[in-house]
Amino acid sequence: MNNIIEFDTSSLWIALPEIFLLSAIVVILLLDLFLDKRFKQITYYLTWLSLLITGILAFNLINHPQTIIFGGSFVLDNMASVFKVFMMGATMVAMVYSRHYLRAHSLFRGEYFVLVLLSVLGMMVMISGYSLLTLYLGLEILSLSLYALIAIARERADAIEAALKYFVLGAIASGLLLYGMSMIYGISGSLNISDIASFASNSNLAPRETLIINFGLVFLVIGIAFKLGAVPFHMWVPDVYQGAPTSVTLFISTVPKIAAVAMLVRILVDGLGSMHAYWSDLFMVLSILSIALGSVVALMQTNIKRMLAYSTISHVGFIMLGFVTGTLTGYGAATFYMLVYVLMSLAAFGMIILLNKQGFEVDQISDFKGLSKHAPWFALMMLIIMLSMAGVPPLAGFYSKFFILQQVISAGFITVAVIAVIFAVISAYYYLQIIKSMYFDETDKDITIHASIDMQLVLSINALLILAVGLFPDFWMKLALSLF
Amino acid sequence: MENSLLSLLIWLPIFSGVLVIFIGNNRANTARWVSVIISILVFMMSLSLYTGFDSSTHLMQFVEKASWISQFNIHYHIGVDGISMPLIILTTFSTILVIMAGWEIITKRCAHYMAAFLMMEGLIIGVFSSLDAILFYAFWEASLIPMLLIIGIWGGDNRVYASIKFFLYTFLGSVFMLVSFIYMYNKGGSFSILDMHNLELILAEQNYIFWAFFMAFAVKVPMFPVHTWLPDAHVQAPTGGSVILAAIMLKMGGYGFFRFSLPITPDASLEFSEIIIVLSLIAIVYIGFVALVQRDMKKLIAYSSISHMGFVTLGVFTLFLAYEPDAIEGALLGLEGAMVQMISHGFISIALFLAVGVLYDRLHSREISTYGGVINSMPKFTGFAVLFAMANAGLPGTSGFVGEFMVILGAIQANIWYGVLAASTLIVGATYTLWMVKRVFWGAVTNPAVTTLKDINARELSILAILAVAVLVMGLYPQPVIELMHASIEYLLHQALTSKL
Repeated sequence: MNNIIEFDTSSLWIALPEIFLLSAIVVILLLDLFLDKRFKQITYYLTWLSLLITGILAFNLINHPQTIIFGGSFVLDNMASVFKVFMMGATMVAMVYSRHYLRAHSLFRGEYFVLVLLSVLGMMVMISGYSLLTLYLGLEILSLSLYALIAIARERADAIEAALKYFVLGAIASGLLLYGMSMIYGISGSLNISDIASFASNSNLAPRETLIINFGLVFLVIGIAFKLGAVPFHMWVPDVYQGAPTSVTLFISTVPKIAAVAMLVRILVDGLGSMHAYWSDLFMVLSILSIALGSVVALMQTNIKRMLAYSTISHVGFIMLGFVTGTLTGYGAATFYMLVYVLMSLAAFGMIILLNKQGFEVDQISDFKGLSKHAPWFALMMLIIMLSMAGVPPLAGFYSKFFILQQVISAGFITVAVIAVIFAVISAYYYLQIIKSMYFDETDKDITIHASIDMQLVLSINALLILAVGLFPDFWMKLALSLF
Repeated sequence: MENSLLSLLIWLPIFSGVLVIFIGNNRANTARWVSVIISILVFMMSLSLYTGFDSSTHLMQFVEKASWISQFNIHYHIGVDGISMPLIILTTFSTILVIMAGWEIITKRCAHYMAAFLMMEGLIIGVFSSLDAILFYAFWEASLIPMLLIIGIWGGDNRVYASIKFFLYTFLGSVFMLVSFIYMYNKGGSFSILDMHNLELILAEQNYIFWAFFMAFAVKVPMFPVHTWLPDAHVQAPTGGSVILAAIMLKMGGYGFFRFSLPITPDASLEFSEIIIVLSLIAIVYIGFVALVQRDMKKLIAYSSISHMGFVTLGVFTLFLAYEPDAIEGALLGLEGAMVQMISHGFISIALFLAVGVLYDRLHSREISTYGGVINSMPKFTGFAVLFAMANAGLPGTSGFVGEFMVILGAIQANIWYGVLAASTLIVGATYTLWMVKRVFWGAVTNPAVTTLKDINARELSILAILAVAVLVMGLYPQPVIELMHASIEYLLHQALTSKL
């Protein structure tokens, strides 16, 4: 095994987006230190600009043949590039929404943006990680930034509680993941994904070796399930979603899911794809539990952030269901679902943020009462988002469920598909509750919208994109499939 | 234009609906005029479906096909035959009436109300003309959304409960249909409905698919015992919502049996036909008695709708028992009777719900006991109401008679007792309808408010007159409609009787 890291400067440009982003972070961090309070907006614009440039750099690397650099610890392939571009777009949108929230609650600080950029860098490393160590490194950069981000509202007790809870549970998850990695490393003798893949696919593995791989596999799956928030490793999700400032919840519920799916693909598909028969059963149980629990428990929530947390758990169940099938199309379906989920979740939390006003925190379903009267346009947008999450055609959320169901049925799991659709109907009830609040209930509160025009515009485009993807899903499905 | 007529029929109302939303509630009059002009225009265009229709063939006409989701071989594939075309015209026809009926009554968010009905019109035409299962499913589910909002925003006191119950009930029914569509796609590689008709399925598969379809369509029809959403939805919905619900949305269920259950799962349909017939008879007889004891007029008509729709499912499934190789007329009678019944029930239920709406707008009560002696203050209106009540009771010469008579004839050929039970509706139906007429229109005036009632105005008169003509024409000379669908029904019969095993 060749473990010497050869360093070739000509290969550096493969990692150009990451390198650029890191430099940008350093510049913004230093600049923010010296900026007068009046010019703090500059940090925001610079953040936005660096995300844009990173996105363009990543976009230019699409269709680049698969290249592995840095001694086999960093990979560039189509999945990495497309995920990165998508991640930049999602983060940019999230930043637009965040700005409104941060202003309304006097949380506008330079650190917020630097921490977001750092977590994005961590996620980029996760997406391109091709050795267990790189993946873990990326994960920790992400997690540490997120802990701090949640606690950024430091005078709020529930935010601190959420941060602490996330920190403790996240540390346990990282520990489990690391333990699983050490198992795999111990038996295969390499941290490199491709080495692990060739070791695991070896047909004459000794029973002892298979046993140890399986042992490590279980811990890896638990670690990944923790990060995705699948039942029964979901305990942190509702508390963190509810406690964190809404703009941070928005971020946590969207972009890191892309990275988590990427890590899942790297470890379980690229690395241990040959062990699919072993981990797919685990995934089956996790996903059915997630869909069921996420759908049922959400019914009882009155806090919309907590409700969306449970809804996320159920969506994660659907994403994992795509990996159960063990076919490339199935993985593509899961990726498509993930992309659509990110789009919907961005818009849903964006709507919550939109209703925030100076010093007024919106987090109850009842805060949406009478919206259709006071802001009919945004009520319509929320209607689209909620129906899409419920899986009603012709919205994007329907096709993502459809694609997963099609794969699950073609893999022969018809009962699973029936269970999934029944819970999808149950979950429709709580999405309808929000529509009911907006359209059927009256309120005497003043719920006029006080957001800047860019926020309103981006949110409208975001929601209409859900409809557009629903009407013409072909391109996005093909894109998701082309990554595998 | 000739080639994209169907697309125009689907998308013109939908986009006009968006336009009407943008006109806004502050310019309600503009919104009303735009909506009514669009709906009349769409109706005119749908008439050219009738004039351009070739009734000698069962093949799909006005076909449009374009690739939509190539990943799954899903096409934007639409077309009509003799089964779907009359239903489309019924849809465009009732939309005009609904929009006219809401003219002065709807003052709350008027533009949105009109827009919802226009969009629903387009979506329902989409349901009837889709030839691709996923396109069908998309329209089918999407048409729930405007209805949900119509009941929830403009409905009565208990509207929230009724609207959510309506949505979840129908949503639950249809997801199983989606699962079976996907199953058939995985087996046959195509979502085209016409390909599914020819897909080879063993009996076990057919059984599962049959019941999955049944869940979707029986909820919609609605059949006993999954009918409980309908009385709630009808009572709470505004008049226009009740009209569309009864006249069109229930027909989507019946249409589903014609388009999917019979041709795709013929053997399972045969196997389970007795169960469906029994359920239909329960609907006809038992629900008829339930209607008898209602004190709320809308609820009474809602139950009467369930009872009448029982004839549709009865007619469809008696074909398996009435069939004899040398006399297919018996089986044809049932099927054609079911189709005629759907269209006729469309007219009658529009008329009855609008008539209740006329009374409700004046006294804001649907209770039968509020009224009594209405004829004294509203003689013109009473004339129309009694005509429609007679049609509902199945009086010969009205459209209500034709469909039921055909279905009963078919049922007698199948089994004399089925025929007898089905025919009992002529007594029960007459009882609950005429008893309601007696209590509302005849007798002494007990409520002083009734004396102050104003008779119908010109707008209401013209709506009711149009319906009266439709009910009588269908009753006296149904032949053109039957001829229109004859080829398609005959082919359907052939499909239903050809075993796939």
